[in-house]
Amino acid sequence: MSNVFALLFRREARLLCRRPAELANPLVFFAIVIALFPLAVGPESQLLQSISPGLVWVAALLAVLLSLDGLFRSDFEDGSLEQWVVSPHPLALLVLAKVLAHWVFSGLALVLLAPLLGLMLGLPASTLPVLLLSLLLGTPVLSLLGAVGAALTVGLKRGGLLLALLILPLYIPVLILGSGALQAALQGLPAAGHLLWLASLTALSVTLTPFAIAAGLTISVGE
Amino acid sequence: MNWTWFHKLGSPKWFYEIGGRWLPWFGWAAAILLLVGTVWGLAFAPQDYQQGNSFRIIYIHVPAAFLAQSIYVMLAAAGLVGLVWKMKLADVALQQAAPIGAWMSFIALLTGAVWGKPTWGAWWVWDARLTSMLILLFLYFGIIALGQAISNRDSAAKACAVLAIVGVVNIPIIKYSVEWWNTLHQPATFKITEKPAMPAEMWLPLLVMVLGFYCFFAAVLIMRMRLEVLRREARASWAKAEVRALVEKHA
Amino acid sequence: MSSPFLEAVSLSCERDWRLLFEKLDLSLLPGQMLQVAGPNGSGKTSLLRLLAGLMQPTAGEVRLSGRPLREQRAELARNLLWIGHAAGIKGLLTAEENLAWLCALHRPASREAIWQALAAVGLRGFEDVPCHTLSAGQQRRVALARLYLEAPPLWILDEPFTALDRHGVAQLEAHLSAHCTGGGMVVLTTHHSLTERPAGYHELDLGQRAA
Repeated sequence: MSNVFALLFRREARLLCRRPAELANPLVFFAIVIALFPLAVGPESQLLQSISPGLVWVAALLAVLLSLDGLFRSDFEDGSLEQWVVSPHPLALLVLAKVLAHWVFSGLALVLLAPLLGLMLGLPASTLPVLLLSLLLGTPVLSLLGAVGAALTVGLKRGGLLLALLILPLYIPVLILGSGALQAALQGLPAAGHLLWLASLTALSVTLTPFAIAAGLTISVGE
Repeated sequence: MNWTWFHKLGSPKWFYEIGGRWLPWFGWAAAILLLVGTVWGLAFAPQDYQQGNSFRIIYIHVPAAFLAQSIYVMLAAAGLVGLVWKMKLADVALQQAAPIGAWMSFIALLTGAVWGKPTWGAWWVWDARLTSMLILLFLYFGIIALGQAISNRDSAAKACAVLAIVGVVNIPIIKYSVEWWNTLHQPATFKITEKPAMPAEMWLPLLVMVLGFYCFFAAVLIMRMRLEVLRREARASWAKAEVRALVEKHA
Repeated sequence: MSSPFLEAVSLSCERDWRLLFEKLDLSLLPGQMLQVAGPNGSGKTSLLRLLAGLMQPTAGEVRLSGRPLREQRAELARNLLWIGHAAGIKGLLTAEENLAWLCALHRPASREAIWQALAAVGLRGFEDVPCHTLSAGQQRRVALARLYLEAPPLWILDEPFTALDRHGVAQLEAHLSAHCTGGGMVVLTTHHSLTERPAGYHELDLGQRAA
């Protein structure tokens, strides 16, 4: 059982590494969105610093969403999903491996890039650990919830916009908690409360969403 | 435990007939309750000591908001029944109730905005309740859009069911996080809905209106569901006979 | 008499408001081969997907050893080898990696076994070539190599002969026939008529049913 989990993880990792350009796209998108804001609102460092918690989080959220659109598409088109569904292994376990691999390669890179962009927005270095930690806890939730939407829309020709429509409202708690943590850190307040809440959301989504993703994929495959 | 009633409930023909019998009852109950509630609330209930007459919009706002939330829970419940017991009627209920829910949240938002003008002096305030209602509207849009996008109607119903269930698990989390966000960002100034107990002359008409809204919802839902059942069963002989009878009656 | 291994009882399938077939009965015993025929759009693929449990019927049910399929998911998964129109081959992975994963989903196969299977379908020397560089027929062969590994008894194959050359077709026909003779079962769709038929061969024409 866990053997299949590890095998699928390795396979997905191999697939992602053989198409490095696709891994880079969300990162570049993340950086560009952040670069747009100083151009739009002006370069005053005070203003930028005060809006940066929300800014970093909204950009991260959109970048994750963008990267998820194609999460299951190629597996759907080449028939891999059918093979997963008819296999004796629980589909929820397989999708968890898939989403985990995706997060390790795209979400984690996003987390690592964020402090650099945070510095460019004028975030003080003392807040960077909170930024890192909040993204580290929050992006898995974003990936898992987004995967539910990706599973439901995988059979549709143009699912991208619909995916955003379905999933963005569900991202709101993560956005509030993540940017709240950063805001608290910026004001010199403890951010542990926010981070603990984020951690519990992570635990909740790791346990529950695989079943929803599996249900969504079964429906999409059975169409 | 005898489950035959449950399976009977899933039969479209049975629903079509029983729904037709219930429809006038709900329709009339809704009409009477809404009429009584409106006249009572708008003309006879006392003025609010702080807000004057403008508070009277709660007689629309609160029932609509109530209904919008209950309909979402109903969607998830119908989705669960549809997924677990494969009851087709639950699928019909889910897809037919979603637009009503969306309209109710829209009405709640609209009346909330109208109410906000005299109370806060602005058409829109990022108040926790209004924001949650806005998110709820977005959730409804998601379900409707997904249902429209998938061409196979069984898959569409199942996909909507999964989304509704995921949404209903999320709603409490969204609600609390939004409330928390709200208290962090703007210190509570003036909360309309958390006042000390309303006098009976004020909440009784509200209760009547809430009941009226629920009856209205039931009537509209039954109407929409009967139509959809007829459409889906178009190949069955009873549905053909029914349509023929309806056409002859109106010819 | 014991119940057949796989049977369909009064099966109906409707897609996008169009009835593909209704009240369809079929049964499959060990050693039998069922060829589903019919014109395009007559529901051949849908029938196969219903039998494989990938789709739910509009009415009626599929039974495995006499019990409804949805109670028998694990049992079906253990006995079924499904190759759909798209066979689950990743272009970015090599033939060997693809097969190793597809086998691991059911029962893991050794590297030697995979190489042997690839040799059996005429892909010796292509083991570590990424599949997107192979031709369509060669990719199909990679998928079909699963049939040469230690395989479960029930094979459901959607258009397995697509893109194969004449030699490949003949070889596959012989292999399917041998599988049935050995007590296995095959359900397949194809447009060409099989030249090599096992004893338990029968045909279901969805086009004639509708007419």
